[in-house]
Parts: sequence; structure tokens; C-alpha cells
Amino acid sequence: MILYDYVLSASCYKVRLMAALLGTPLTLRAVNFHPGREHKSPEMLALNPKGTLPILTDGDTVLTDSADILRHLTADHPEWRSTDDDRWLAFASALNASLGLARLHDVIGYDADIDKARAAGVAALRTLEAHLTEQRFDGLIFLTGSKPTIADIACFPNIALAPDGGVSLDPYPSVRLWMRAIRSLPGFIEMPGIHRLHELAHPV
Amino acid sequence: MNAAIDNHWYPVAMISGIDAPRETLLLGKKISLGRDGGACWVKDATGTELPTVERFGHLWTSPGQPNRDLFTIPEADSPGRRLVDVGSVKVKCSPLRAVENFLDIAHFPFVHTDILGAEPHTEVDRYDVKIREEVDEVWATKVKFYQPQAAKSAAGGITTEYMYRVPAPTCSVLYKTCPPRPGEWDIITLFVQPLTDEWCEVWPWMALYDDDSTMSEMVSFQQLIFMQDRSILENQLPRKLPLDPGMEVPTQADMTSVAYRRWLKKIGYTYGAQLVAA
Repeated sequence: MILYDYVLSASCYKVRLMAALLGTPLTLRAVNFHPGREHKSPEMLALNPKGTLPILTDGDTVLTDSADILRHLTADHPEWRSTDDDRWLAFASALNASLGLARLHDVIGYDADIDKARAAGVAALRTLEAHLTEQRFDGLIFLTGSKPTIADIACFPNIALAPDGGVSLDPYPSVRLWMRAIRSLPGFIEMPGIHRLHELAHPV
Repeated sequence: MNAAIDNHWYPVAMISGIDAPRETLLLGKKISLGRDGGACWVKDATGTELPTVERFGHLWTSPGQPNRDLFTIPEADSPGRRLVDVGSVKVKCSPLRAVENFLDIAHFPFVHTDILGAEPHTEVDRYDVKIREEVDEVWATKVKFYQPQAAKSAAGGITTEYMYRVPAPTCSVLYKTCPPRPGEWDIITLFVQPLTDEWCEVWPWMALYDDDSTMSEMVSFQQLIFMQDRSILENQLPRKLPLDPGMEVPTQADMTSVAYRRWLKKIGYTYGAQLVAA
């Protein structure tokens, strides 16, 4: 499988992270999204007329939606699926227009109504915090239960990168515990702005 | 007007990225820039043209009257190097903090884990630092550090040698062991545009020997590294760089930073700095 990848893209990171957690090898093709706008080049548009990343190719299959790619990667991994996933995949997708847009504005100068994008991001964080708090009352740490699914992987990047767009995560303790649980998963990989948990040389 | 601040050259755009005229900030003031045919121009808020230099793939300007030419990097002109326009990243930090972070080696294992450093190889050996009075630049030489993946072109872990140079208050040039060509230096620069005293646009640029990586891979590698620094930079306190000793206690590994701060104070460069001990 080949992933057309941009190192700073939250959506590309969803795919890299999912593959790493599954132990599925990916061939990465670096795309110069910024400053080169290579995702709008004729070669890339031939592959994906929408001109977006990520793009995953698997033989003749070409997938250009990150939720579809997560489903594809976990087709043979029912342990990464839940009947509640779809709701959270839609929630994750909507984050691109709030926290995701605020981040692109602050980092690489995208045009945006920044106050509106941040306000929508805060609203989403409150929804997530309320849900994860309910889950914790039931002794569950992840979005759909006691184990992570594609719902968690889809939501994690834009949430964890919120501070890049000027939105603090300090007010959301359940969200922070949830992020820590994801960062603790075996095989977890980081991206710029999301740091790994450092192992203690002498565990206490 | 403060000549010690205004009379320097500042990067304001990547030349290949200038299509339509646009506005930006320099030292807290609005400027506009664009290109007519081949030549780039910059104007201040009153429409007055500011001096320009086109060098290292970037457009440079000055709100004052620079008393010397923009610095040069003669090594970057040698044939066979690939010149990499990395683009820019905006960071809410003092421009001086951005430069200081670039000069620091000790954070590599913790911020650029498994790339520019790795535990337990955290020790920074003694190196030489000097303010070269004749050229008015800060230099750190004989810096050595173990790196798991020193560059896109590095196949495995190597002990990398570095030289750091600060030729202007908001610019730094790094000369670093070139994995495919021992004996030559890779050149990695950090050009910082001070938007305000606590907000900057950072334009990294590189001149590398690397015949294997694609341009996109080299750009990705450098963006990956710099974005790992960004969240750290935005959380550094105090927000402005303290030029007087105070609450911060430097260690042996911070000699370059100490020299940089001392030099800024000597030349009176206080934009993004604080002078009262924190």
C-alpha cells in the first residue's frame, strides 16, 4: 500500500498512526503540500481530482477519504471496529473545519475566520469532554468502549494538535486522559506537535 | 526608530512563492511586497520603497539604512548542492527565542527523539564558542553529537559535527556533517522574520548534498524537525529573551546561547528581548 503523505497533515497522520498500531507496512510518498502545493499538480490530480491528501493506493484501489482509508486498513481487524464508529468518524471529519483550520491558519497562514474556527473547535472539545467523562463514569477510557477503535484514531490528531491553532487543551481533563491512553498504545508513533511518552530510565 | 534594530536585513518572503502582491508585518509594522517582472519590491505603510536584496532564495528588506551588505554563505555556491526552499511556519514566540532554540543541541534527544538525538546519548561535550569581533558574528565550533538520523540522506546513527554561526540577530546558519560526502558541510539555515516582538515567521532554507532524496522528502524532513520545535517555543517563559542573567541558570551546554545573548546586548538588539532580570 502506498500513502501519498504530507508530514504535517493531521489526516495523513491518522493513516500513518492506524497502520503503525496494526503493524501494517506502508510505503510513504512525500508530497510537498506546503510550500510546493504539489497536491494540486497534474500528477496528483490525476490520482485524486479533489486535490486533497491523504491518498492511499492498494493495487487498483484508490482511496481519498481518511475515514474510508481507516475502514480499509481495518477490514480484517474487527477488534478495531465498533457499531458506534460512524458517528465519531463524522465528528472527526468536521474537526477539519474548526481545529484543523485554526491550525493551518496559525502555522502556514491559511485564510480563515479564526475566531469562528476556534469557537467551533471549543464547542467540539466540550462535546468530546462530556462524552469521555460519561465513558469514565462507566470505567471506559475510549470513545466507544474499553478498547480503541478507528473512531479514536480518527478524532485524535486534530484534537491533540489543537494548541497549534491557539486552542488550549487545559480545560479538558477527560480528553487529556484519553489522549494519554492513545499515546500509551503499543506501536504508537508521534507527529510534530504530538510528543511520545518518554520512558522513565528508572521506573518508579 | 532604533538604528540598532532597524538597520538589519530581514527575510520577508520566499522568492518562488511571490505571485500576487501581499501584506505582511515586519517589526510590528505593516509592509507590502510583490514582484514586477523579474524584480521584487517592498514598501512600507506610507508607500515608500524599502531597500531589497534577493539572496538564498528569499527576499530581504530593511526598514532602516543597513550599513553593510546582507551576509553571504560562500560554501552554498559550490556546485552539486541542492537548494531547498522549505517554506515558512508562523510561531508565537520571540524571534530571538526561535534563533536560540536553533542553536541548542541539548534538546535533541527529547524533542527530536530518534532523529536528531536519542536517549541515553544526551551529553553535550565541550565545544568552542566565540564572538568574532572582526566580522561581528557569533560562532560555535567543534560541536559533536550522536544522531540516529542526522539528515534525510543518513542511513543510520552517526556522530555529527556541527558549526553554528549567527551572522545577524534573527538569522542562524548551521554547518553540519554531510552523510554522503564526509569532508563537506551540509548547510541548514534559519531565517526569522520578526512579525512582532512575540510572533515570527520562520523561513528555513538548506543547501545540501543529497542525490537520492526527492525535493519533497527534503522539505518534509525539515518541516518535521521545525514543527517539533514549534510547540516547545510557544510555551517558553518568559516570552521575551532575557539578556541579563536572572532566574535562568545556564549550563556548559548553553555556551552558544550565553554568547548569543551577550552579543545581542553588546550590539543593542533588544527587539523580542527583556533587559530586566527575570
